[in-house]
Amino acid sequence: MGRVAVLIGVPRESRPRETRVAATPATVERLARLGYDVVVESGAGALSSFPDAAYAEAGARVGSCAEAWAADVVLRVNGPTPEEIGLLRDGATLVGLLAPALDPDLVAALARRPITALAMDAVPRISRAQSLDVLSSMANIAGYRAVVEAAHTFGRFFTGQVTAAGKVPPAKVLVAGAGVAGLAAIGAASSLGAIVRATDVRPEVAEQVRSLGGEYVAVPAPEQEAGSSTGYATEMSEDFNRRAAEMYAEQVADVDIVITTALIPGRPAPRLITEEMVASMRSGSVVVDMAAAQGGNVAGSVPDELVVTANGVSIIGYTDLAGRLPAQASQLYATNLVNLLTLLTPGKDGELVLDLDDVVQRSMTVVHRGEVLWPPPPVAVSAAPAPAVRPPAEPAPPPPPPPPGRRAALVAAAAAALFLVTAFSPGELIGHVTVFALAIVVGFYVIGAVHHALHTPLMSVTNAISGIIVVGALLQIGTGSTVVTALAFVAVLVASINIFGGFAVTRRMLGMFAKGPAHAPGRGRGA
Amino acid sequence: MTVTGAAAAAYIVAALLFILSLAGLSRHESAKAGNTYGIAGMALALAATIALAADGGIDPAGAGLVAVAVVAGAGIGLWRARRVAMTGMPELIAILHSFVGLAAVLVGWNGYLSVEAAEGGPLLTGAEAGIHSAEVAIGVFIGAVTFTGSVVAFLKLSARVKSAPLVLPGKNALNLGALVAFAALTVVFVVEPNLPVLAVLTALALALGWHLVASIGGGDMPVVVSMLNSYSGWAAAASGFLLGNDLLIVTGALVGSSGAYLSYIMCRAMNRSFLSVIAGGFGIEAASSGDTDYGEHREIGADEAAELLADATSVVITPGYGMAVAQAQYPVAELARHLVERGIEVRFGIHPVAGRLPGHMNVLLAEAKVPYDIVLEMDEINDDFPKTSVVLVIGANDTVNPSAVDDPSSPIAGMPVLRVWEAEHVIVFKRSMAAGYAGVQNPLFFRENSRMLFGDARERVEDILKAL
Repeated sequence: MGRVAVLIGVPRESRPRETRVAATPATVERLARLGYDVVVESGAGALSSFPDAAYAEAGARVGSCAEAWAADVVLRVNGPTPEEIGLLRDGATLVGLLAPALDPDLVAALARRPITALAMDAVPRISRAQSLDVLSSMANIAGYRAVVEAAHTFGRFFTGQVTAAGKVPPAKVLVAGAGVAGLAAIGAASSLGAIVRATDVRPEVAEQVRSLGGEYVAVPAPEQEAGSSTGYATEMSEDFNRRAAEMYAEQVADVDIVITTALIPGRPAPRLITEEMVASMRSGSVVVDMAAAQGGNVAGSVPDELVVTANGVSIIGYTDLAGRLPAQASQLYATNLVNLLTLLTPGKDGELVLDLDDVVQRSMTVVHRGEVLWPPPPVAVSAAPAPAVRPPAEPAPPPPPPPPGRRAALVAAAAAALFLVTAFSPGELIGHVTVFALAIVVGFYVIGAVHHALHTPLMSVTNAISGIIVVGALLQIGTGSTVVTALAFVAVLVASINIFGGFAVTRRMLGMFAKGPAHAPGRGRGA
Repeated sequence: MTVTGAAAAAYIVAALLFILSLAGLSRHESAKAGNTYGIAGMALALAATIALAADGGIDPAGAGLVAVAVVAGAGIGLWRARRVAMTGMPELIAILHSFVGLAAVLVGWNGYLSVEAAEGGPLLTGAEAGIHSAEVAIGVFIGAVTFTGSVVAFLKLSARVKSAPLVLPGKNALNLGALVAFAALTVVFVVEPNLPVLAVLTALALALGWHLVASIGGGDMPVVVSMLNSYSGWAAAASGFLLGNDLLIVTGALVGSSGAYLSYIMCRAMNRSFLSVIAGGFGIEAASSGDTDYGEHREIGADEAAELLADATSVVITPGYGMAVAQAQYPVAELARHLVERGIEVRFGIHPVAGRLPGHMNVLLAEAKVPYDIVLEMDEINDDFPKTSVVLVIGANDTVNPSAVDDPSSPIAGMPVLRVWEAEHVIVFKRSMAAGYAGVQNPLFFRENSRMLFGDARERVEDILKAL
């Protein structure tokens, strides 16, 4: 085409302890397929075990820090420092975990430049955007790693064993919060052999907990509005909190390991485990506070540190759990970014197109050409429990209903016509019309929510039933002239074919519908 | 208790059984019970009617004729039902609809012959006579439209006539003119009932039914069949008015309104206007826009397709009418089972109007013993395509056409489609590069992630199975 391809830059992460990188050799190839050129800062993937040579082999150019920052599109894991914002070129697009709700200063700093900034952590939780949802993909890794950290610190087996040297009891694990991280932790801990219990304010997650081998512990008499329209747990009332605290006090004293994952976006983390509860735990027990960065679910947790209390309980407050599996975390994060760029490159021609009418893209856009677009309008999500709201459909909306005035006129005309017909009819006909009108309404409602797969059997059974016309023909046989009898004979014959054929074929079809064996794949969708 | 009273009571019970039957058929769990209710209702109604006829002094010859007709009809019906291949289901149902229409016409004619033209002068006078005549005219009209419409649908579905829409000049004027002429003839018939008028009216209705369905293309047949189902109900209801029989009225109205609602659901799925369907002849402007350059399509062999499938983590199969034509449902089910055993997630994505009958694909897959919980509707699966490794498009075309979404000028613009092109790989089983029923070219075939696998769908699927 003769124009210079859009350049994607992948700078090294500058935040201390950050091990991840926003592109891997595998995703560089996919970016190239979308039509982009990629420049990766030298050493960007080193901590994730992706050497520069691997990037070069995948088709990226390995360049300097300044080169990566000066690209048209900059892919990042963490938000930029003020100096790094200065390195961006005018009109550039920056993508990363910007935490716009927690960091208004960063948003303001970004908006001082004529750039566009997209926050990967602001992807709405709708089905269509699942492939971009880094919070889910990172939480999944972090949940697994939380169990590994706990096992590492815990001085005993997870699984129970009977050996010649004596009996070992299994470890008991309590997971607070059954979101993506919590579910990952439940799965990892139960596969190590521990007895796993899990709590969550949303009773509907009980099934997901059980599917991973955990036992769901309900908070007594939960509130009705426990589910929320944003797909995340929300804050609860006083009374509820008190009952929850009682339940936690009881559980924490009984278990060996506690993993807390309770987070409410844009708010400090709820305090679930108090100092007294920690004090009630046995020596050697481990608490992993996955919310330490947001203030902590556990009293006494310190971000990024392992604290041992006076009674010998270890409280782990690492905030980089996902980054402790760097190669995996980078790969998943980078794949989320490729999915985003696929969405933003509808022509697959290396041309970035931001469509602010699309809810997903709108929600992520924090700054657009120097203009602050945060916070976005709320999006109702389909991950929420009933009443589930589907994401807005992309294709053209159905044709608008006729204007109310016209509709009312039609109804009035129909009513008047019906009135006139019946008013001037003999009594017998009125009775028939009544029956007719009611039967129409019944027919309309009785099949209301017919399952799509049953359309054909339904049609063939209604077809058989409409063979009831045989009744009319039957009564005409042998009562009138020869012609009448002959015609009625033919009518009875064809109607009988219809009745017997229709029912038999319906029966045959229904006999074939069988529910499959249990192996049929089910699909869990993390909340 | 008189026979008449008992029969009336039996009719009410039968009508309730029919309502239960329809309600039962709405859900998998109760579907079989629903069918049984229907059979019970019908048996009851028949028994009551026969008792009524016997009570009314039917002569032995008449009774014999009834027995012969019912037994012969039952024999033919059961024989056809047992013999029909599941792929031939649409044709069977269409021809069964025509029988109801034919019966309604005959009942209407008999109504005229035994009342207005009865030996020894008309049996009714005044307003009652007028109402009866009007009922005859309406019953014959609806019955005749259903009859020829269903016959044409049958001929099109069984490929005995070309399924391309018939386009007569001024076809809407023709339809409207026929309706106006029908109204005029009805008035004439009410004022002075006579045989020539009724004959002309019948011929007019037969012609209208033929034209209505002939001007609809084969791709829209699912809606047509459902619509004819509704018409057959209205025909039965009209006969009920004619004979003063509440059971016929109730049953006919039930079938008519439920069929109309079913058609409405399907119209919505295709983003079509319900009224234009009832009027007949929608979707005729679907001329092929062959001058656009879509680029090159790429072919794939069965071996390569097998490799793609073996490496996949998630496979979605979207069947269409082509699968039914090729009788490929058994090898397809076998392929699905094989992939599941390898630990690959396999699901089926069914477009609401795939095939030539609503739910057609579900019936075929059920016949091949595909568990119904991996058979998903379009809305359930459409968001999952981006996470799908391979999509197998087997004999589907318009239901997976991206121009419905991308191209506002396309004749199928706005129709919801399966967004298969969002998957990593798409393999399209097709006999040639010809356009689908809507006559629209499909840009899917030219997408970079699409590969064409030409040939008979059944043989190609068997080739893949061998390669695996």
